[in-house]
Amino acid sequence: MKLVIKTATKPGSTRANKTGAWRSFMPVFDHKLCSKCGICAIYCPEGIVFKLENGYFEPDYEYCKGCGICANECPKKAIKMVLEGK
Amino acid sequence: MSLLKPGHRGCAGCCDALAGKFVLDAIGEDCIVVSPTGCLEVFTTPYPESAWGVPWIHSLFENAAAVASGVEAALKSLGKKNNTKVIAIGGDGATLDIGLQAISGAFERGHDFTYICVDNEAYMNTGIQRSGATPLYASTTTSPAGKVSFGNPLHKKNMPAIIAAHGSPYVATASIAYAPDMMKKVKKATEIKGPTYVHVHAPCCTGWKFESSKTIEVGRLAVETALWPLYEMENGVVTNVRKLKNRKPVEEYLKMQGRFKHLFTMEGGLEEIKKIQAIADWNVKHFGLE
Amino acid sequence: MRKSMVVVEGSYAVAHAVKVCKPNVISAYPITPQTHIVEDLAQFAADGEMNCEYMNVESEFSAISALIGASAAGARTYSSTTSQGLALMHEALFNASGMRLPIVMTVVNRALSAPINIWNDQQDSISQRDTGWIQLYAEDVQEAADMTPQLYKLAENEDILLPAMSCMDGFILSHVYEPVILLEQSLTDEFLPAYNPEFVLDPKNPMSFGAFADPSTYTEFRYKQEKAMGVALGKIEEIANEFKDIYGRYYGGLIDGYVLDDAEIVIMAMGSVIGTIKDTIDVLRSEGESVGLLKVRSFRPFPRDAIRAALKNAKVVITLDKNISIGKNEGALCTEVKACLYNTDTRVPVIGFMLGHGGRDIPISMIKKLINKAKLVEKGIFVESEYADLREDLA
Repeated sequence: MKLVIKTATKPGSTRANKTGAWRSFMPVFDHKLCSKCGICAIYCPEGIVFKLENGYFEPDYEYCKGCGICANECPKKAIKMVLEGK
Repeated sequence: MSLLKPGHRGCAGCCDALAGKFVLDAIGEDCIVVSPTGCLEVFTTPYPESAWGVPWIHSLFENAAAVASGVEAALKSLGKKNNTKVIAIGGDGATLDIGLQAISGAFERGHDFTYICVDNEAYMNTGIQRSGATPLYASTTTSPAGKVSFGNPLHKKNMPAIIAAHGSPYVATASIAYAPDMMKKVKKATEIKGPTYVHVHAPCCTGWKFESSKTIEVGRLAVETALWPLYEMENGVVTNVRKLKNRKPVEEYLKMQGRFKHLFTMEGGLEEIKKIQAIADWNVKHFGLE
Repeated sequence: MRKSMVVVEGSYAVAHAVKVCKPNVISAYPITPQTHIVEDLAQFAADGEMNCEYMNVESEFSAISALIGASAAGARTYSSTTSQGLALMHEALFNASGMRLPIVMTVVNRALSAPINIWNDQQDSISQRDTGWIQLYAEDVQEAADMTPQLYKLAENEDILLPAMSCMDGFILSHVYEPVILLEQSLTDEFLPAYNPEFVLDPKNPMSFGAFADPSTYTEFRYKQEKAMGVALGKIEEIANEFKDIYGRYYGGLIDGYVLDDAEIVIMAMGSVIGTIKDTIDVLRSEGESVGLLKVRSFRPFPRDAIRAALKNAKVVITLDKNISIGKNEGALCTEVKACLYNTDTRVPVIGFMLGHGGRDIPISMIKKLINKAKLVEKGIFVESEYADLREDLA
């Protein structure tokens, strides 16, 4: 790594840090219950719940820290927090 | 994808990350962001990484408004201001306490910039010490509840009123629990010429001691109990308030948080809660929330 | 053709020099004896003579902070302060140098409180020597003015990128009226290129500035600052010579000697006292004394090798310090000169004198007295560093 003086760093480069490893509980999205409102995406602190082509939503598990806000805020209770398997 | 990129080191359920995301998504790419020292600064920029998708600078804890005013002056002088928005995003300690003088100066000088305070009501980055934004009776590590103390004995400083007194054309309160409202206000603030201010209530699961999944729920209760009124001020006059239909008692908000737990367990605690209820009642009357 | 001189106040000459360097942003807070510089700049701005944002900020801390933002956004920036104001900037001085922002600032040297005192010494800038700023000290008004474009050229050099202080003695230089040549705009345009930094705050290339560095990288950031100071060490002389080619004036690069080569007793000092020392030496030389002067122009970077070479043949060195490290009973110049000679074969006694603090005058008779003390050392009588100008009725 070459040091850039001025302590300048490149935009969005934290993406190298895959925070999914932090997770103890994993959000599982049930499309059958989903109304496609997108509240899960709005209130994700990582900004990693994305709309699929079919209009449903899924998180990027590489970064999801498992905070559970999406599950708590989902008006249809379509997201369940499940203990991570070993 | 949001302009605040993932991979940052914010806690699971972080309020600052949500606030940063909402601000950037409201404004878009054509902005320059200044952050004072604090959680948002530290967890987004461990060298050589940055979570910011827009130009960003951190200088010191107490000088974000001065740095932002210098950025704005430079853009003007170099003929590069155009439509570029200059934004400072600081925590409550950087805003209400140590950075207050620089903020006062920048607002007096009338720079075309927007200062956003992300208020999680204590110094979270250093370990939950009280700030001028810590509310009455919150237990923090430097205002702990104890045998002869109900926690922080002081009231929260009224920062929006201080900014409004500087003649700011636009001052608003917002909450991360009301994302569309917050984003609308941030966007409006950046579109109004001159120094504008948005004070965002941001519940911190780590510092307030609630489960990470409850960040938004707690924020919503602060508004629903009238402890955090949502309003806009234009040129010093309140022009818009978010009305409450079924106001909830403050206990519903307090009981969700470990920082107020002692009020429910200590002798005389319930009596003290009446003082917090009085704050909510005053807000209702003062801002005409009902 | 002899250039026309005008009699102006020192502050005006410096303000005029700043103007012809065409800064984009000036940010300052008034403090005696810096006030006349920023007042003159404000007048230039009010008269439309500068295409620049002039910011009246609410403190020195915000003055330097605003320049941190402005410089990061690509502006050429200027401030001036002194004493308490410089002390108030302390934290941000480290920040500006760590972020490698080539801010130029005139420090009008003044004593620090308490007791409060508005007169000249150099405790203020000396106390900031570890902040990573280049520090040059001016001997007279012309040098203080001429230093300004030299420092911009130095600070903005892409292999240096460090902020720089031009230090001039308060009142003695800032408020004196003397004949100077005001810097010509055309020559300055020729001497000083435009500032075009590689990285700036720019939505089209959204870099982040001011990241936090953990133990795995912090050391190398500091090391690179030290390396940049090393580059500056070579460039100061080079830029002084380029200045000479264009403007025809030269004050030395890192150091300058005055009848130094054969001198047995060498006096070292920084700033306006140099003039008094030269006058004293002229008198003593006419009386057959072997006395010379080594003027230190650059205190940061510290010209270790140049000083070693210059002192090779000296029998006794005396240093004059308008500052003291309390608890060391020495001024900074004394300590640093001693330290730079230690690992060499030059075994010359270095005697430090603290004097001229809080504006106390340093007359020729005082310089003579110190030279007489140096002669005692030549005779083998050891003299420790000490305050030279104490009032016995108060001490």
